[in-house]
Amino acid sequence: MVSPQSTVHSPQTFLMSRPIFYKIAYEINPWMRIERQVNHRAATHQWQALYTLLTKRLRVSVKLVRPIHGLPDLVFTANAGLVSGGTFIRSNFRHPQRQGEEPVVERYFRQRGFRIVRLPRQFNFEGEGDALWVGQTLFFGFRFRSDSAAHEHLSKILHCRVLPLELVNRRFYHLDTCFCPLNAETALWFPHAFDRYGRKVIETYVKDPVPVSQADALKFCCNAIVAGRAVVLHHGISRSLRTQLARRGFRVYELDLSEFLKAGGSAKCLVLRLRHHAGEARS
Amino acid sequence: MASEIVSLSGHIIDSLILPKVLDEVMDLGGTFEILELAVGKRKTDTSTARLKVAATSHKTLQIILKRLARLGATPEAPRDVQLIRARKDGVFPAQFYSTTNLPTFVRYQGRWRPVERIEMDCGIVINPNGGAECRPMARVKQGDLVVCGSSGVRVVPLERSRHKDVFHFMGSPVSSEKPRAQLIAGVAHAMRAMRRARRKILVVAGPAVIHTGGGRYLKRLIEANFVQVLFGGNGLATHDIESALFGTSLGVYLDRGTFAKDGHDHHMRAINTIRDCGGIRQAVRRGVLTKGVMHACVQHRVPFVLGGSVRDDGPLPDVITDVLKAQEEMRRQVRGVGLALMIGSTLHAIATGNLLPATVKTICVDINPAVVTKLADRGTFQGVGIVSDAASFLRELCDALKLVSR
Repeated sequence: MVSPQSTVHSPQTFLMSRPIFYKIAYEINPWMRIERQVNHRAATHQWQALYTLLTKRLRVSVKLVRPIHGLPDLVFTANAGLVSGGTFIRSNFRHPQRQGEEPVVERYFRQRGFRIVRLPRQFNFEGEGDALWVGQTLFFGFRFRSDSAAHEHLSKILHCRVLPLELVNRRFYHLDTCFCPLNAETALWFPHAFDRYGRKVIETYVKDPVPVSQADALKFCCNAIVAGRAVVLHHGISRSLRTQLARRGFRVYELDLSEFLKAGGSAKCLVLRLRHHAGEARS
Repeated sequence: MASEIVSLSGHIIDSLILPKVLDEVMDLGGTFEILELAVGKRKTDTSTARLKVAATSHKTLQIILKRLARLGATPEAPRDVQLIRARKDGVFPAQFYSTTNLPTFVRYQGRWRPVERIEMDCGIVINPNGGAECRPMARVKQGDLVVCGSSGVRVVPLERSRHKDVFHFMGSPVSSEKPRAQLIAGVAHAMRAMRRARRKILVVAGPAVIHTGGGRYLKRLIEANFVQVLFGGNGLATHDIESALFGTSLGVYLDRGTFAKDGHDHHMRAINTIRDCGGIRQAVRRGVLTKGVMHACVQHRVPFVLGGSVRDDGPLPDVITDVLKAQEEMRRQVRGVGLALMIGSTLHAIATGNLLPATVKTICVDINPAVVTKLADRGTFQGVGIVSDAASFLRELCDALKLVSR
């Protein structure tokens, strides 16, 4: 296995992409409406605020992938693939509109010495959007974007347990819109995004699942960036959720990310983890 | 019962995907049988299950399979058909796949293709354009790609209708004790439905139709546009023309039931007259033939196919004496047929039954229960058998269709 030659100093490293070409160019989820267009200045401002919070206040290392004209959703780097050690498992996007992002991120990771793994083309897989670690177990959302059968390939590549969970609510089309591991034991989740089997799996394998209300879920509270004890999310979450997080020792950072919600994404969608740090989500 | 073997692997136990698959199969009205289950020993090991999923109908099975595919359970990769080139004209390779009359699909170059013009006891040939066609033995040409073995061939059983109509599967033995009026009302209903759906109604009639005096009712069905194609033999046409020209059938007056003087040769004189005209159509055009079933066919442009046999007198010029040519012409005419009515005919009815796909509704009427049973035994699934004299059946059918006598 080739080690990544990235020059990461911080225990946490994220990959982001500036929203230079970000807009609503098509409709591939229930949130997107071409007529509800992005305010580009506001989007740039919101993205910059997130970038500054991560790099300056939370001292997280952020790498950038160059934005490409014609790939407006490249800004949502979480969907590009899944990084584990020196391996990058590239996404196979379901929608042709996003398939153009595949070679761009692949080139980025290849140039930095990652081992690139592609799943067979017939399996859709949308990276960290649908694959999230809780301890040593990978939770894998399927149906709207990723295919259930891809989970077996992930398990073989990563030598770990992968638990596929069926998503049942179109508005929560990626796992990272309704499930957010905070550490090896705790996760935020919106139970109505899963069927009874999925609910049972989460309740069985997550020691401390924190259910969120529909109002919080619709504000994408589960689409949060977790960096140590810091939880970064779109502003406007309920007081009870804030209390629940505080009681568990998490510091909440709220930002206005409303321009990204227009495309069905929030904080977590804007970053891809390049490295995990021991004791974090994957301990 | 339609079934398919599916396999499922991964962390299917911890994630409850396997119980979910099993629940879904049952919730959607199917059944399953676990053929194999290999459970991973450690937490990181994956498990594998092979299931046989079955449902009462092909449609239900497809719904189940679609749902299971989303859960990651996929049908075991089917293989393409095996193809062998025919070495000689008219000879299939030794292992050729012999067809049924049920809708059939073959998998060629990874795609399931429907077999066109399905017919029982034939072979399947893959055309240069990749299409699959049902081909009778006599028509196979040297070099044709013929499907061999049954791998990559899928036969779709007919679905049982939710609403029981007269055509539900020929499950009960044919008997003369069925409530005939209801059966005939059901047949009339089906004929009207066919006409509305613009599907063709085929009548296969034997000479008994004429002998028993049923000719005028058949004529009435033709005139009322309830017959789109007629199959028969030399006998049917000869006795119909004899009755038109002389009022007799095999020398017996149809109206009186008495023998005509020197009537035994009427049918020969009828044949001779038509041969002199050059054919039935010409006889109608010249005004020689002015009534009867064949006259009605010509007048109403209903195509007819008269297939010959070795015992035929004459025969009439319209009779196709080459059986292969007759079969071909019948094949051409059965396209688009939705309902076949076979009355008082054994050999032509069976010959037609062989050519029809199982999806065509078939009504077999004969005074002899053995004929009706014989047709059912030969694989005509969607049918109704009525033990009756031909003329009585046709008269009651005309009444049920409310066709007034002219």
